[in-house]
Amino acid sequence: MNAIKRLGLPRIIIIIFFMSLWVVAGVNGLHVPGLMKDSLVRIGMNVVMVLAMVPAIRSGIGLNFALPIGIICGILGGVMAIEFEMVGLWGFIYAMIIAIPISVAFGWIYGVMLNKIKGSEMLVSTYVGFSIVSLFCIAWIVLPFASDEMRWPIGEGLRTVVSLESTFGGILNKFWAVEFSNGFVIPTGLLLFGAFICFVYYVFSNTRVGIAMKTVGDNPKFAAATGLNVDRYRILGTILSTVLGAIGMVVYAQSFGYIQLYTAPLMMAFPAVAAILIGGATAKKANISFVIIGTILFQGLLTISLPVASSFFDGGNISEVIRMIVQNGIILYALAQGGGE
Amino acid sequence: MQNEYVLQMKNIQKEYYGNKVLKGVNLNIKPGEIHAIVGENGAGKSTFMNILFGMRVIHDTGGFEGEVIIDGEKVVAKSSEEIMQLGVGMVHQEFMLIPDFTIAENIKLNREITIPNPVSKAFRKESLEFLNKKQMNGEAKEALDLLGMNIKETTKVAILPIGHKQFVEIAREVDKKGIKLLVFDEPTAVLTESEADNLLAAMKRLADKGIGILFITHRLDEVKAVTDNVTIIRDGEHIKTVPTTDVTVEEIAGLMVGRKISITQNEDMLTHDELDKLETVLEINDFKVKMPGEEVKGISLEVKKGEILGIAGLAGHGKIGIANGIMGLHSATGEVKFKGEALEISNTKTTLAKHIAFVSEDRKGVGLLLDGSIEDNIMITSMQVKHQFLTKLGLIDTAKIRSHANSMIEQLDIRCTDSKQATRRLSGGNQQKVCLARALTLEPELLFVSEPTRGIDIGAKKLVLDYLTKLASNGTTVVVTSSELAELRSVCDRIAIIAEGRLEGVLLPSAEDVEFGLMMSGEYHKYKKKKEAN
Repeated sequence: MNAIKRLGLPRIIIIIFFMSLWVVAGVNGLHVPGLMKDSLVRIGMNVVMVLAMVPAIRSGIGLNFALPIGIICGILGGVMAIEFEMVGLWGFIYAMIIAIPISVAFGWIYGVMLNKIKGSEMLVSTYVGFSIVSLFCIAWIVLPFASDEMRWPIGEGLRTVVSLESTFGGILNKFWAVEFSNGFVIPTGLLLFGAFICFVYYVFSNTRVGIAMKTVGDNPKFAAATGLNVDRYRILGTILSTVLGAIGMVVYAQSFGYIQLYTAPLMMAFPAVAAILIGGATAKKANISFVIIGTILFQGLLTISLPVASSFFDGGNISEVIRMIVQNGIILYALAQGGGE
Repeated sequence: MQNEYVLQMKNIQKEYYGNKVLKGVNLNIKPGEIHAIVGENGAGKSTFMNILFGMRVIHDTGGFEGEVIIDGEKVVAKSSEEIMQLGVGMVHQEFMLIPDFTIAENIKLNREITIPNPVSKAFRKESLEFLNKKQMNGEAKEALDLLGMNIKETTKVAILPIGHKQFVEIAREVDKKGIKLLVFDEPTAVLTESEADNLLAAMKRLADKGIGILFITHRLDEVKAVTDNVTIIRDGEHIKTVPTTDVTVEEIAGLMVGRKISITQNEDMLTHDELDKLETVLEINDFKVKMPGEEVKGISLEVKKGEILGIAGLAGHGKIGIANGIMGLHSATGEVKFKGEALEISNTKTTLAKHIAFVSEDRKGVGLLLDGSIEDNIMITSMQVKHQFLTKLGLIDTAKIRSHANSMIEQLDIRCTDSKQATRRLSGGNQQKVCLARALTLEPELLFVSEPTRGIDIGAKKLVLDYLTKLASNGTTVVVTSSELAELRSVCDRIAIIAEGRLEGVLLPSAEDVEFGLMMSGEYHKYKKKKEAN
């Protein structure tokens, strides 16, 4: 009874809906093991980006709609790894090594900016996210990358989609992967990596600094009276969120098998925002269980609802339309709920 | 026929959640009379005004008993608009003016004089009519003249000095047709002395026109200067209504404070000589704090080791600002020395690390993490400042925190389900005990406690005050800031009185009521000088 109460009515409805979709999928003769595999992969590849919302919410800047900043840093790491011809696991690690310091720097600058616009962080962050994507649209053309893997065969700049097949594509997905004869695969490496990052964050949140950051987010006045430097912890939260966004992007790209440049990161914050909200977070409250529940529900729902919807309606677009309605509907619902308990 | 009184309020009684805040107050005001209401903070003045103006808080909390009669008619108002239509005006403490409008536009706000134009005729909407600026300016000018204010009515309000803004507020009320009674709620609080004199002169002029005036203030010399009658309220009780000429400032002050004997007197209070022998633990020199609404304008004060020092004063006079300034929560200047060493007042962390702790007056805003548990609230400052309650690996030590929280819960008798309960769910008194427990966890040598008993029940009140006494007897220096003078007099060794952002004086709790009353209204020295001159 207590567990149900803690889960809350909206989540119970979503879980019931989620379960019934699986039943419908089975009845309609869809390939369930394949769908389950897809679900697990999508959960694993998105969980770090959803986790990136937690430090932002906890430090009091709200949902980080400027996640594209971190994502761009991740992409930078990825293309640098290709540029320097790092292959396999090294490619993946090299991408991280490049991405993390850049995202720290970007997160810091962005955090300083957020301290100047207290109170309207979420509105501003949406546009900062959009702006950085546009800025890097120019950068992808201008930056002096030389690798033939990424350049347009004729003309200037990088391609819109860069394949990772020959570098570090699927490096985590294939690691310790368990395959079944019916087509079901457990992407062990991917899931373990997500779990590891979540665990590291959990440990951090139980340290003095982690608690200080949460205090700042909960009540800045209280934090100031406790001798905490509110602005500094907000910057820390922003940096952490950006770094997790960058790591999340590298994980996402290796699983996807491609890096998408130019306007692709534009809307990538929204699925992450929707996932943590569906998990039970608000713009003021978040923890790791919300991340896990939310990612499973949101990504699982997306994976299964598309084929199920297509099996009912002809024409490919309807499932994409449903996806947009579900995703943005959830964001709208959760933000309209505001700070309510 | 003209009625004898413009306003009569008969036997007004009001209860808030079983707590009687007004116990039968009567008020009669004749046309042309200036009537003052004086009383300490919390005496019930604002509740009384809220009843007169039919404010929502009154109806939402079960209404009131008694009668309000305006110009001979019994009124049961549901909103302040109704009352205002009956010819009662209010001059607000805070200015409600639009800076970018001219004086005339502000005066005529929402009562604009308009002329029809083709569009408004076509749509039959008054809201589309043009403004008749000429007539508006003319009428505004009349109102300003009545107040003796020589300024052009087309000036923008933004550039006016504060004193003039106050006059524009009054002019707006005067301009209303059929105004019978004007209420002035602490109108002189923000004015300089000469501005205040102008205002008082204007009040007299209005009274001469036959308008009744209700004057709420704490400046007793102003009461003496302009009013015809004065009503004194204390603790919701109607103490006395007398013609002003029959009482002295001294008498009013004494009646206002009175002696309340609800809490037992602190018996081992220190005497003057004993206090002199104690070493100074905190020294404040020319201390100024920019706390909005509670500005401190230069205070020098010494706090002795092991004493309980009370800081008293009326709301808005800066008593709250002192502790907040020392703790670095609002920007402050001046010299603060703790045990002979200069304190870095802008750095809260170093102050806390020196075993100086603070219980805020704003319990819900500053004092608590409302969604946090009792144990989180108790441990957090010590963890952040002194790195306590952490394991060797730097993680939180839940077991240690819990046992400490439980011992605090027992010591302070915090009523809760367990130490993991969210503080939002606790009663005010228990929340206050949690705040106190956090401060004590820092093992303070100097403890600032602001408004420790605000909004808590009598049982918790006693426990909190007793605990402060106990702390002091164990060598902790305690500085209590409170609006409840009676409480301070029951627990403190000395009481510093703050008026207008400055230290008016330091009294022993055993000093006369009159002295407290005069100091609180900032007239002690003025009065003493006058007396010596005589």
